[in-house]
Amino acid sequence: MTDTLGGLLTIALLVAPLAATYVPLGDYMARVYTSTTHLRVERAVYRLSGVDPDAEQGARSYATGVVGFSLVSIVVLMAIQFGQAALPMDRGLPGVPFWMSFNTAVSFVTNTNWQSYAGESTLGFTAQMAGLAVQNFLSAAVGIAVAVALIRGFVRSRSGALGNFWVDLTRGTIRILLPLSFVAALLLVAGGVVQSFADSTMTTLAGHPQVLTGGPVAGQEAIKELGNNGGGFFNANSAHPFENPTAITNLLEIFLLLVLPVALTRTLGTMLGNRRQGLAILSVMGLLWSVSLAITTWAEVGAHSPAAQAAGAAMEGKETRFGEWASALFAVATTGTSTGAVNASHDSLTATGGGTVLVNMMLGEIVPGGVGAGIYGILVMAILAVFVAGLMVGRTPEILGKKISARQMTYVALYTLATPALVLVGTGIAIARDSSADAMGNAGGHGFSEVLYAFTSAANNNGSAFGGLTVTSDFFQITLALAMLAGRLLPIVLVLLLAGSLAEQGKVPVTAGTLPTHKPLFVGMLVGVILIMTGLTYFPALALGPIAEALT
Amino acid sequence: MITVFTDLFRQSVAGLRLLLVMTVLLGVGYPTAVWAAGQAFGDRADGSPVRVDGQVVGSRLIGQQFEGDEWFLSRPSANDYDTLASAPSNLGPLSTDLIASIGERRAEVAAREGVDGSAVPPDAVTASGSGLDPHISPAYAALQAPRVAAANGLSLDEVERLVEEHTDGRGLGFLGEPGVNVLELNLAVRRSVEGGD
Repeated sequence: MTDTLGGLLTIALLVAPLAATYVPLGDYMARVYTSTTHLRVERAVYRLSGVDPDAEQGARSYATGVVGFSLVSIVVLMAIQFGQAALPMDRGLPGVPFWMSFNTAVSFVTNTNWQSYAGESTLGFTAQMAGLAVQNFLSAAVGIAVAVALIRGFVRSRSGALGNFWVDLTRGTIRILLPLSFVAALLLVAGGVVQSFADSTMTTLAGHPQVLTGGPVAGQEAIKELGNNGGGFFNANSAHPFENPTAITNLLEIFLLLVLPVALTRTLGTMLGNRRQGLAILSVMGLLWSVSLAITTWAEVGAHSPAAQAAGAAMEGKETRFGEWASALFAVATTGTSTGAVNASHDSLTATGGGTVLVNMMLGEIVPGGVGAGIYGILVMAILAVFVAGLMVGRTPEILGKKISARQMTYVALYTLATPALVLVGTGIAIARDSSADAMGNAGGHGFSEVLYAFTSAANNNGSAFGGLTVTSDFFQITLALAMLAGRLLPIVLVLLLAGSLAEQGKVPVTAGTLPTHKPLFVGMLVGVILIMTGLTYFPALALGPIAEALT
Repeated sequence: MITVFTDLFRQSVAGLRLLLVMTVLLGVGYPTAVWAAGQAFGDRADGSPVRVDGQVVGSRLIGQQFEGDEWFLSRPSANDYDTLASAPSNLGPLSTDLIASIGERRAEVAAREGVDGSAVPPDAVTASGSGLDPHISPAYAALQAPRVAAANGLSLDEVERLVEEHTDGRGLGFLGEPGVNVLELNLAVRRSVEGGD
C-alpha cells in the first residue's frame, strides 16, 4: 500500500458514506422542519420554557429570539466558567479569568470554538459538559434554524412569517443533533476515545510521573465535529490521541464534520421543491472544496516548504498515525466547514497548505460551510450572482421565484461587507500595536499570517488557529471575542431580515427570460462570483502573508 | 424601539428557561448516557491503560518520554510528553528556529544510532501535533533496533521481531500511516530481557 493509493482510497471512503446519507438524511431534516406535530419531550421543553410552539414569528421576532438566546447563553456560560470551582468535578481548578471566560463563552455560543483556553489545564469536567458541550449542540441548532428560516423565506408567499425559532432550535437539537451525536460518541469510544469522569496519576515505564487525563471526551468530541464547533476537550484538539486515537476515528471525525453541511443542501432542495437546486449548490461547494483539497495535499505531501525539506517530509505538527494525506484532508474539511477542530498544527503547515486553509475560511465558510451557516452563506452569494447576471443582461434579477430589488441587495451587500470588515480592520489594529510582535510565535510574514488567520477564523466563526500566536492578552481576548460575536450576529440578523422581505413577496412566474439557477451555467457563475469577491477583498492581505511566504 | 426591547427581554427569559432545560438534557443526561453505554467497551472508555503486574504504567494511546540506550525513543515533543499541556511547536514553514532544531536533532540521532544524517527519518526530527504521539515510524524503529538490541543484550533478530509485532498497520489496511507503539514495544523489550535472565 503506497501513501498515494491509501490517501486516495481514504478520500473515496469519505465520499461514499456522504453520498449514501445525502438523500435520507437531507430529506429527514426537511421533514423535521416542516412537520406540524411535536414530540412529547419537545412539548415538555416548550412548557418548561414558557413558549408557544404554534406561534409563528416574523423576521424581527425570529432575529430577536436568536439575539436574546445568544446573549443569555453567553452570560450563563461565563458564569459557569467563572464559578467552576463551586461545581462538582472541578479537578481542583480555579475559576477561569474574566476575559478568558468572556472570550470562551462568546466562542462557543457563536459556534466558533476558538480556543484561548487549554482544556486540560483550565476547565473542570462540569464546565466542559454542562457549559461548553451544551453550546456545541445549541449553537449548531441555531445555525440550522436560521438557514431553515431563509429557505422558508423563499418558499412562502405574501406572508411575513418565518416559523418559530424556539421550535426550530429544539427540533434541531432533539431530532437531529442529539441522536446522531450519541451514536457517533459510542463509535468514538469503540475507537478508543475516552469517556470517564476522573484523571489518574501513574509512573511511566521509564519512571516519570504522568497524569492520564480523563473526562467526558467522546460525547463532546462527537458533537464537536457534528455541530461544526471544533473546540477541543484538550489543547491539542483532534491531534490529541484521547480525542482522535486512530486513523479510523480520524476518518469518522472528518465524516461527522461534513455530513450535516452536505446533507443540508438536499434539505434545501427538498424544502424548495427543487432538488436540482440543492445539487447545484452542492456542486459549487464540492468544486471549490476539491480544488482546495488538491492544493493542500500537493503542498503537504510534496513537502513544499523549507522546514519540510529540511526534515524530509512535512511532519512537523503532524501525528505519525495520520501522516500527511489524512492531515491535509482533515485541515481542508475543518476549515471549509467552520469547524475549526485540528488534527495537526496549522501553524506548521507548508506556506501553500496554510494559505489554502486560510482562504477556505475567507470564502465565507461555504465549502460546504458550518451547519446551517453554509446554506445561508451560499444563498446570499447566489443572490449576488443573479444580481451580477441581471446587470449583465439588463433584467431585474430573480432567484427561486423571488424578485431581488434594492431592499434585498442592501441586506446582501451589508452581509458581504460585515465579515471582511471585521477581519481586515481587526488585523489592521492588531498589527499596528507594537505589543503584537511579542505575541507572534513566528517572525516575519508568518507572524502576520498568524494574526490574519486569527481574525479570519474569529469573524468567520471557524475557530481553528495558527496556534503560535499568544492570544491570552486582554487585547486579543476582547477583540477576537467581539469579532466572533459581530461575525455571528450581524450576518444572522441580515439573513433573517432578507428572509422576511422574501417571504412578504409573491412568487414571480418562471419565464423564458429567467436565469435557471440549477444548471451548470449558474454553478460556474456562482463559483466565479465567490472567487472574485474573495480575491478582491483579501488579495492584498494574502500577499503580505501566505503568498509572500510561499514565494520565499 | 421600546417594543423591541420588551420583546428582547421576553424572549431572553424564554431563552434562559430553555437553556436550563437543555443543560439538564445535553449537559448531564447525554454525557452520562454515553458514559454508561461506553462501559461496554471496557478499558477503552478509560483511556486504554497499559498494566504491568496490575500496575498502570501508561496508556497505549499516549506517548511517553524515554532516555537511555536500552529504550526505543519517542519522537521529539514540544511539551516533553506533559499530558497536562498537549501542544505542537507551532513553528512555521520558514521558521529558522525550526530548521535549526531539525538540523540539531538529525545530528543527535545520527550520532546516537551511528548512522549518516541522511538515514534519519522525518518523524525523528519533527515534533508531533499533540506532543503526545504514541508512535514512531517503522523506519525510525528500524534505525533504533541495533542500539536497543546491543544495550539489552538481545539479538537484533529478536528486537526486529518485537518491532514487527508492535507495529500498528494502517487503519483498515489503507487509512493513515503505520506506526510503532513505543510504550508497548519498550515493554516487550523489557519482558524479553527479563524472560531471558
